[in-house]
Amino acid sequence: MHAHSDDLVRDLSRKAQEFRIQVLKMVYNAQTGHLGGAYSVAEILTALYFHHMKVDPANPGWEERDRLLFSKGHACAMLYTALAHRGFFPPEELMTFRQFNSRLQGHPDPIKTPGVEIAAGPLGHGVAIGVGAALAMRQKIQKPSAQSSPSPRASAGNVYVVLGDGELNAGVVWEGVMSAAKYRLGNLTAIVDYNGIQQTSASMDSMPTEPIADKWKAFGWHVIEIHGHNMRQVLDALDHADEVHAKPTVIIARTTKGKGVSFMEYDHRWHGQPPTKEQYETALSELEKGVEQWRN
Amino acid sequence: MAQLVPMRKAFGEALVALGEKNEKVVALSADVFNSDHSYMFAERFPDRFFNVGIAEQALVDVAVGFALNGYIPFANTFAAFFATRAVEMVRSHACYGGARIKMMAAYAGLSDSFDGPTHNSITDLAIMRSLPNMTIVVPSDPNTLTEMLTQIAEWDGPVYCRLNRNDVPAPFDSSYKPQIGKAFTARDGGDVSIIACGLMVSRALEAAEELQKQGVSARVIDMHTIKPLDNEAVLDAARATGAIVTAEEHSVIGGLGGAVAELLSDQAPVPVKRTGVQDRFAETGPYDKVLDAYGCAVKDIVDAAQAAVKAKK
Repeated sequence: MHAHSDDLVRDLSRKAQEFRIQVLKMVYNAQTGHLGGAYSVAEILTALYFHHMKVDPANPGWEERDRLLFSKGHACAMLYTALAHRGFFPPEELMTFRQFNSRLQGHPDPIKTPGVEIAAGPLGHGVAIGVGAALAMRQKIQKPSAQSSPSPRASAGNVYVVLGDGELNAGVVWEGVMSAAKYRLGNLTAIVDYNGIQQTSASMDSMPTEPIADKWKAFGWHVIEIHGHNMRQVLDALDHADEVHAKPTVIIARTTKGKGVSFMEYDHRWHGQPPTKEQYETALSELEKGVEQWRN
Repeated sequence: MAQLVPMRKAFGEALVALGEKNEKVVALSADVFNSDHSYMFAERFPDRFFNVGIAEQALVDVAVGFALNGYIPFANTFAAFFATRAVEMVRSHACYGGARIKMMAAYAGLSDSFDGPTHNSITDLAIMRSLPNMTIVVPSDPNTLTEMLTQIAEWDGPVYCRLNRNDVPAPFDSSYKPQIGKAFTARDGGDVSIIACGLMVSRALEAAEELQKQGVSARVIDMHTIKPLDNEAVLDAARATGAIVTAEEHSVIGGLGGAVAELLSDQAPVPVKRTGVQDRFAETGPYDKVLDAYGCAVKDIVDAAQAAVKAKK
């Protein structure tokens, strides 16, 4: 593991905050979409697409790319924003989000949108699909040791699954978790955007999932817990996961739903509602101040 | 009674042969590989076989992960579980998301007769047929299955393929070269057409013999592909014989009979009689006995054919 420079941390942090502004504009323009879960996952997606993963925007299907399976599909406004700014499609297209005749569907469509790996929206699929993807990456390479215990160092590409804590309610998640441990998929990393809020209430009220680290440990995964809005911790955790061999890793990223806008933070009503004009202006002003914080 | 041949063994052998030819083929199981005979692939290619446990939803999702990353996954479990428990995975990722998974639906129809109605799948064709981009194959016998398995692997989309649990009559030999999407006229006739799939093709041929004795000339069509339906074959049968009977090991709602009735009501209305299970669950018992008691008897086809002929103007 190497230390990440202050400049890198600052640049990525600023970028994540700028993406929140972009997402605000998209959802306000469309008057439909999901802000809360998009804001909690901003630093995670920024770290993956703009530093950690090897991808080629000019060739989205590059066989040896790292795969990001975005399981919490409702938060796709942030995914689309990261993909566009990374060069997978023109950022101008972002304002067609959720409009008729757009490539940017209400939930991710891997056929329509360059860079999107899987359909998502029905929750809970990412880990199990990630198992298939990680096994496929293992099959592609010839290193004999990788056949029994693949690692990020012996895989055609790594697989990153980004899921929400609400998804942990779904049984198929745990089916996938067990298979990943069985096949010792060191080339698979799950990142739980643990924002603690679901559509109707706090996760603790909808369906308690704690002690979540213990659960993943008991299922045979390597567990890292971080502050998911601290860019340095996100970057370090991803590096750490790369050095865990023969075992899948989960990064439990403690986040805040609606992060960056005071009246949205930790309020389930901002799971899927668009802002009014007044709310939009207040949110924009707060987010712009947040960007200033990351200027030199 | 025709000689019976084992369908499961034919599947296991065909899957191994496919694995030999194409290294991109992998097989997955939800822990029933000794039942469906995919264990034969597991023994031959242990590094290309993955048992995800009793987890049919993960079975489909893991297969999706393989399919989206350059492999041809053959997912194996019972038909009843693909088309009920795992159907959201199938819809979201195979049909909508474009993952070209191959679902080998074992113990289909009433063929797991001693395990009873929980293990029968008499609604799977209706469920799968309603999904955009799905292809559905119901091989009638081991030869048909063996011929079609390579096409299933190469097919540019998800495929749901029904497999009979039991030893079955083999109306066709290896000279039969079925093609996905192309119906085959197994017997010609002028008064009525029986459109059948799976085991019911051999029963339809038996029914045609009986009808012949009763003075009715019946065409028998092996409609091994339920979707995409060979519309031309159905329309031609309707126009040439003026009456249609469908025969399937499935509910009369939404399967082959549903597909044929939908097409004909729109484009060539003629009398259509659908045989199959009458919107109810079957019961436990010997396969032949259950088939005969639940709408899949030769006599059901014969009676339906007579009724269809009578209904002609």
